[in-house]
Amino acid sequence: MSSDASRGPHIGVLALQGDFDAHKIILEQLGARVSLVRKPSQLEPLAGLVIPGGESTTLLKLMQYFPDWWPEFQRFKDNGGAFFGTCAGMILLAREVTAPAQKSLGFLDAKVERNAYGRQKESFEEVGQWADGRPLEMVFIRAPRLCEIGPEVEVLASHNDVPVFVRQGKIYAASFHPEINGVSDLHKIFLDALAE
Amino acid sequence: MEQGTLRVKTGLAEMLKGGVIMDVTNVEQAKIAAEAGAVAVMALERIPAEIRKHGGVARMTNPGLIKEIMAEVSIPVMAKARIGHFAEAQILESLGVDYIDESEVLTPADDRYHIDKFAFKVPFVCGARNLGEALRRIGEGACMIRTKGEAGSGDIVEAVRHIRAITSGIRTLTLLREDELMTHAKELGAPYDLVCWVAKNGKLPVPNFSAGGIATPADASLVMQLGAEAIFVGSGIFLSEDPPRHARAIVQAATHFKDPEVLLKVSEDIGEPMRGINVASMSPDELLQTRGV
Repeated sequence: MSSDASRGPHIGVLALQGDFDAHKIILEQLGARVSLVRKPSQLEPLAGLVIPGGESTTLLKLMQYFPDWWPEFQRFKDNGGAFFGTCAGMILLAREVTAPAQKSLGFLDAKVERNAYGRQKESFEEVGQWADGRPLEMVFIRAPRLCEIGPEVEVLASHNDVPVFVRQGKIYAASFHPEINGVSDLHKIFLDALAE
Repeated sequence: MEQGTLRVKTGLAEMLKGGVIMDVTNVEQAKIAAEAGAVAVMALERIPAEIRKHGGVARMTNPGLIKEIMAEVSIPVMAKARIGHFAEAQILESLGVDYIDESEVLTPADDRYHIDKFAFKVPFVCGARNLGEALRRIGEGACMIRTKGEAGSGDIVEAVRHIRAITSGIRTLTLLREDELMTHAKELGAPYDLVCWVAKNGKLPVPNFSAGGIATPADASLVMQLGAEAIFVGSGIFLSEDPPRHARAIVQAATHFKDPEVLLKVSEDIGEPMRGINVASMSPDELLQTRGV
């Protein structure tokens, strides 16, 4: 764990595949120190890890090619490391994945349905809501849907009454893509939580 | 609710970064690609090397085949329309493919105009050999650019030429004075506002991928080190000796493109790559890259 107060926490962005650069840019704008993570050994010094949007099946395959990923993720979490997953990242964090069923880390007590909002032509942007009712811009791309969440999962934002940004302890997950808007309050919430 | 916005359309291309998009011609190949970790598949009746051999007119793939592949894999499915053939593109959009490649690999339907890609909800990728061509396609609404390279050749030289031309073209613009940009826009044959955007931001406004001759993990690493953000592999997988192993190796190479140790490991024991054709031995009328510039 390293967290240099003057420079913000040290965050990793999983860079196996996906829009990791977009996350990196936003986190750096918010004052975090950011490393791209391509090997399990790179997790050690980090306070938190962002798992970006991308293709969850591709991410899974790339993790299988280096079998150390699974135990290292678990160890990172057990040592107090935080996670923030968007879209594919949320799928990997969930307890259960459907359409089709696939392996996941199970750090978030939730069931997630892949591509539940349809194919690319059904992808959309719309204004949803923070838990307190404030508006929040959301971009959904072949997005997964949270269909069940456990009692310890707190809903931070929703769209048409479906939870789209949730938290369980130090695990944060969003089904949309705050990273492609160029600015993101979600990332700020994640960093603020790490600073506490 | 807004669909088909620029943000939603380029957004999917952002999600494909660092990945490998593989050409497949049937359900079996689509499964092999997905199993290896392809980030998307391109559904085709023939891979580019076979299109070359086959001759005749190459058209949009039969929608029935695309549908079967869409039903089989959970990753995005792309399909090609002929350059300028907006009716083929309308059919593909209606079918629900996730990306349309307005591609020089198929026989062009219009020798003067490309498709108005803003008119579609589904995003388009187009090929380019240099910055001017890339910006013309973006000006028409393309949400992803890929190098043309020379499809079906298995020879990386053209993809290298094209990615270098695009990235050095971008670097040049960033060094110019503002009062020089209009003349450069004229010389590039590119929209002035896009030339100004690139000069200011030092990159294309959409993701920049590479295609056209990638046949080995080392080829993947080469174009990515030269600035490509993801790759398309057409004939390189299914004309190799051991397609599943080759596919897995290239997927890993796209992620670990800067890590020679991983590249070494994945390059061992993958069998023979596709045989290929030396592009320098081809006559100009055999080249696909000069279509639709």
